[in-house]
Amino acid sequence: MRVYVPVDAAARAVGADDVATALGSFAAVDVVRTSSRGMFWIEPLVEVDTPAGRVAYGPVATEDVPALIESLRTGAAHPLGHGLIQTHPWLAGQRRLTFARAGLHDPLDLGAYAATGGWRGLKAALQLDGAAIVEEVVRSGLRGRGGAAFPAGIKWRTVLATPADQKYIACNADEGDSGTFADRMVMEGDPYLLIEGMIIAGLAVGADQGFIYIRSEYPDAERVFGEAVRRATSAGFLGPNVLDSGRAFALHLRRGAGAYICGEETAMLESLEGKRGMVRPKPPLPAVAGLFGQPTVINNVLTLAAIPTILDQGGVFYAEFGMGRSRGTLPFQLAGNIKHGGLIEVPFGLTLRQLIYDFGGGTATGRPVRAVQVGGPLGPYLPAAALDTPLDYEAFASAGGMIGHGGIVVFDDTVDMAVMARYAMEFCAIESCGKCTPCRIGSVRGVEVIDRLVAGGPRRDAQLSLLRDLCDTLEQGSLCAMGGMTPYPVRSALQHFPEDFGLPKAPPLPA
Amino acid sequence: MRDVQPIWTNEASSGALHRVRCAGESIVSLSALENTAVRDAIAACAHLAGACLPLLHHVHDALGYVPPAAVPAIALALNLSQADVHGVISFYHDFRSAPPQRHVVRLCRAEACQAMGGEALSLQLKRVAPPDVTVEPVYCLGLCASAPAAMIDGKLVARLSPARLDKVLTGFAGQR
Repeated sequence: MRVYVPVDAAARAVGADDVATALGSFAAVDVVRTSSRGMFWIEPLVEVDTPAGRVAYGPVATEDVPALIESLRTGAAHPLGHGLIQTHPWLAGQRRLTFARAGLHDPLDLGAYAATGGWRGLKAALQLDGAAIVEEVVRSGLRGRGGAAFPAGIKWRTVLATPADQKYIACNADEGDSGTFADRMVMEGDPYLLIEGMIIAGLAVGADQGFIYIRSEYPDAERVFGEAVRRATSAGFLGPNVLDSGRAFALHLRRGAGAYICGEETAMLESLEGKRGMVRPKPPLPAVAGLFGQPTVINNVLTLAAIPTILDQGGVFYAEFGMGRSRGTLPFQLAGNIKHGGLIEVPFGLTLRQLIYDFGGGTATGRPVRAVQVGGPLGPYLPAAALDTPLDYEAFASAGGMIGHGGIVVFDDTVDMAVMARYAMEFCAIESCGKCTPCRIGSVRGVEVIDRLVAGGPRRDAQLSLLRDLCDTLEQGSLCAMGGMTPYPVRSALQHFPEDFGLPKAPPLPA
Repeated sequence: MRDVQPIWTNEASSGALHRVRCAGESIVSLSALENTAVRDAIAACAHLAGACLPLLHHVHDALGYVPPAAVPAIALALNLSQADVHGVISFYHDFRSAPPQRHVVRLCRAEACQAMGGEALSLQLKRVAPPDVTVEPVYCLGLCASAPAAMIDGKLVARLSPARLDKVLTGFAGQR
């Protein structure tokens, strides 16, 4: 009997290794460790091969294993059973392009990767010249998935058009936003997909060296991805002669060191060069003068992981998904106080309500949703009344939100939004690189002003206008998005939840 | 560290200063273990592009901290000033300058974990963590759909609760 147990960090963190060991102790059981489906509320999720497909059980604890084996033997139903996993509504309601392989096989199995469509995008790219690859990406409408949503093809065009002896591909895997884990799942669960995307990017712009900057908080991702690079190199996908094409591409892995700011692209470049992660002024754009001063494509993991699909199936195929100027799919990540949290890859255009209630099942605590933060620690807080905005970069922004990297953190009605606003300033103070004054000093003053505001007293109005003024200075005067966007969660908390600061309650939003 | 060959460029005068401080007796303040860790890291990483971070990680992985007395040798090997190396060490949250306690609990303090009671766990640690436990904040371990999360002695733990944390701390006591 063949059973599958995820080896994803989020499965291991709730005991998947022990469950796999317990299952493996039965002589008749053959355990395969796979990537995760991204259904984290039922991890550890054990799947069993049947003639009809894989049947899932979860969350399985070590002590459940003997009874589970017994019911598999007798064919009796088990209380942890979820039936055929492919037909589970949570998965059936998604359109997985980037995460098509999630949960299927051993992430490091090169044979399984090739058998499920792997390397087809690379082989297609090897038939094209650089400009044709870039135009295919332009056609797809793919926009940077790291948060800024800049069109990937346009960025590639700039690097292609900049003459230089040495160009680089730099993959930003410093996924520091709370509520996000899709990059981690790609690196741990489908590393060859990202490698393939990076090679194609190299072919497109004429770069024969790639760097990936993986945050130190992701030890599993670093281990798996590093091993994938070694295996892909010995199999001839990476190295001096990619698939006997005469083209070279070498991939170097670097580990971050716990600085959130290194997710900002220019700070990441400094860190890759071995320096303090201090933000660089732009221009010059990294596409013109980036890593070690050379033209550099910097893309997020999800952007590069979308590339093989685009080259394999065509830019037009990818662009058919989505709405408005937001084309393709986005792997949303549902987290925080949520009943069914995990990875939901869908075309742009669904609403937060659909994600949080239809997929997520509401809060984990069963209490009402009070606030939702989309797009990481720099994203505004939205009240429950604003959940019907479609998730499209432009539509969501016009409603005061930010999609960012697609992380959605849900809070129930016990949250104190003044505490969250203070935390936003505090986080900025801890993580500021210190290069510009508004961010370095303004964040510290922000914590103090919020403390005085919440404490009350006769000068409350003055504190409030001071805080607003400080937010304006941060937004207008900071060098990068760290200081520039820290005001967003603070202002939105003030706007929608003034009562938490001891201020008069906000009028309800119009329906 | 007498066997470390400096890679001089054109900064002969400042180089001489390093040479005196590195080849001289200040390096003796490194223990044998520290000395080996630094020497190994230099051998493994000094040739890399942007070598400083990988080298410091190498030392940190071996020792759990980067001894301040290792800065001159690292600077010498990378042809950087000591201020540069110190600047890198002090910029990044990951690099400790002194050994941690026997156990290290890195509790996630970011939003998704706060939404699931991370603050209560932080207070619990402040209240009851024994002196042989180093408690550090970490901002996101990527386990946000299974919050709250922590890294305990290098192992990731999700769906942490006050009771489970208590069990972990009791387990530490059993190892004492």
